[in-house]
Amino acid sequence: MTRTLPRASYRPPADPAAVTEPVPGARRRWLRIVVLVLGALAFIFPFYYMLVGSLQKKSDTSLGGAIPRPGNLSLHNYGQINAAINLGQTLLNSIIFTAGVVLGTVVFGILVGYALAQLHYRGRGTLFAVMVLVQVVPFQLLIIPLYVQIVRSYGLADSYLGMILPFAINSTAVFVFRQYFLQVPVELFDAARIDGASELRILRSVALPLVRPALLTAILMTFIGPWNEFLWPFLVTKQHDKQPLAVALANYISTTAASAANPYGAILAGACVLAAPAVALFIAFQRHFRSTDLGSGVKG
Amino acid sequence: MTIVVPRGNRPRGKRLAAGILGRQPIGLLLSAPYAVFIAAVFAYPLGLAVWMSFHHYIFTAPGVQVPRPFVGLDNYTAVVSDPAVRQAFLNILVFLVINVPLTVALSLVLASALNAAIPFRTLFRISYYVPYVTASVAVVGVWLFLFSSGGLVNNAIGPLAPNPSWLINGFWAMPSIAIYVTWKQLGFFILLYLAALQNVPKELYEAAAVDGASKWRSFRAVTVPGVRPATTLVTLLAIITGANLFTEPYLLTNGGGPNGKSASPVLLMYQRGIEQGHPDVAAAIGVLLVLGVLLIAGVQRFLERD
Repeated sequence: MTRTLPRASYRPPADPAAVTEPVPGARRRWLRIVVLVLGALAFIFPFYYMLVGSLQKKSDTSLGGAIPRPGNLSLHNYGQINAAINLGQTLLNSIIFTAGVVLGTVVFGILVGYALAQLHYRGRGTLFAVMVLVQVVPFQLLIIPLYVQIVRSYGLADSYLGMILPFAINSTAVFVFRQYFLQVPVELFDAARIDGASELRILRSVALPLVRPALLTAILMTFIGPWNEFLWPFLVTKQHDKQPLAVALANYISTTAASAANPYGAILAGACVLAAPAVALFIAFQRHFRSTDLGSGVKG
Repeated sequence: MTIVVPRGNRPRGKRLAAGILGRQPIGLLLSAPYAVFIAAVFAYPLGLAVWMSFHHYIFTAPGVQVPRPFVGLDNYTAVVSDPAVRQAFLNILVFLVINVPLTVALSLVLASALNAAIPFRTLFRISYYVPYVTASVAVVGVWLFLFSSGGLVNNAIGPLAPNPSWLINGFWAMPSIAIYVTWKQLGFFILLYLAALQNVPKELYEAAAVDGASKWRSFRAVTVPGVRPATTLVTLLAIITGANLFTEPYLLTNGGGPNGKSASPVLLMYQRGIEQGHPDVAAAIGVLLVLGVLLIAGVQRFLERD
C-alpha cells in the first residue's frame, strides 16, 4: 500500500489519470464515502458503547443510554472488576506472556528469516515448505496433544513457559523477516564475505541493521496473537494469579458475572482495560500495519 | 536446490562438508531453533493427535505408565454416533454458509471503496481494523450487552426483536455468531484485498471506461477477476477461522447453547477431551475437523477452476 494513491481524483482534469474518474464521478464519490461512513460506524460503535457502558453507574440499555449522562458516570465499575480479577496481576501476566512470545519471535525469527533468504544450506527448501504449511493447519486441532504434552508430560501447567511455548516463534513474522532479507541484494553480503567477515559477523553488522524497518511490523503482528489469545492460556492456567487478563475476564463473564450488581458495567470495564493496549499500539503505529507486509506474510 | 561446484583448490574435507550440508552450513545453525520449535509444537503433536485417535488414551500424572491399547476406529465410531458432535459439525456448516459469502462480499466492497483518494482515509482504515486487533473476549462483552434481551439492539428494533433474544434463541444463536465473526475479522480481509487491488493493472479500468462501461460493470469485469487469487485465499482463511471457532460459542452463547445449537467442534473437543477426560475422542474430532476443512477447501479449489 502506497501513500501516493493510484487514482487521485483530486488532480486537475488535465491529468491523464482523470480519465478513470469522469465528471459524473462526483456523485459516485459521495456514494463511496456514504458506504465507508456507514461501515465505519458499524465497526466503531460497539467500541464507543463499550467505553460508555463501562462508565455507567447504573447500566442503561435504552436508546438514550448510548449518550453518556454526566450524572450517571463513574469509575465504580473499574473498581468492581479490579476487586474480582485483580487487574494489576492479570495485566502483568498478559505482559509476560506477550513479551515472551515477542522476544522468542524476534530473536529466532530474525535468525531463521536471514538464513532462509540469504544462505544456501541443505534442508532450506524443506523448512520453507513446512513453514508455509504451519500457517494453514488450524492451531486448535493441536490443543489436545499439546495439552497432553505440555501440561501432563512436562508438568508446565500454571507456568509462563507453558503458556509461551506453543507460540514461541510466530511463523508469519518469520515470513516477514524472510521477505525483508530477500529484498536486500545478495552482493551486499558477498562484499562483506570478500572483505573476510565471518558469517556471524555478517549477521551482526550487515543483516541486523538492515532488518530494523521490519522489526516494528513483526512485533505489532506478533503482539496481538498472545495478547488476545484465550483458548490456550485458558487450558494451561487454573490458578487465578497466573491467568492473563483475557482468561480472567472470560472466567468472570462465564461464572461470577451473574452475582454482580451491575455485571455488564464490570465486564465492559474489564473489556476496556483488555482492549486499550492493543488498540492504542495499533493506532500509534498503524502505518506499519500495512497490507503488503501482512499480505505477503499470508500469501505464502 | 544448491549446486556445489567442486573446486580443486579447496581442502577435501571442506568440499565434502559443503556437499552434505550446503554451501553455507551456518544456515543450519541459524535455522535449528525454529526447526526444533516446529518439530516440537507442530509435527509431533500432529502425529500424536492421529495416534491418540486410534488408541484408548487417558490422562495420567507425569511419568506414570499405563497401557494404551490400539482400538481401531472405536473413537471415530463414538464421535460419529454422538448427536452433540453431529450437531456441532452441522452448526459449523450453517456458520460457513453465512460467514464466507458475507466476508468475501463485504471486504471486497469496502476495500474497493477504500482504495481511492478519499478524505479521512486513515481514519476509515483504523475503524475497520480495530475489531480485528482487539481481543475477542473483550468484544464479546459488549456484544452480550448489545444483544441481551433488554439490550440496545432489541430496544432499537422494538417488536421485531426475536423471542427469546438472539443469543439464547435456538434459531438465531449460530447466525448471530456468524455475523459477529464476520464483523470481527473483516478488517484483516479488507487488508488482504487492498494488497490485491494494487496488482490490478490501471490500464484495464481505463480501457473499460473508454469502452463506456459503468462503474458497476467495470467492478464486475475488472476488479472481481483481478483479485481472484485473493478471493481464493480469503475463502480458505475464512473457512479455517470457522473451523477454529471456540471463544464465541464458549462465551457469547454460554457454552454452545441453547441445547448445543451453537456448539462448535473445537468446543466439543474441549468438553469431551479436557472437561470429561476423553482426549482420545477429542483427538478423533480434531482429525475429522481437519479432514472436513481439507475437503471443503478441495471442493472450493475445484469449483474455482471452472
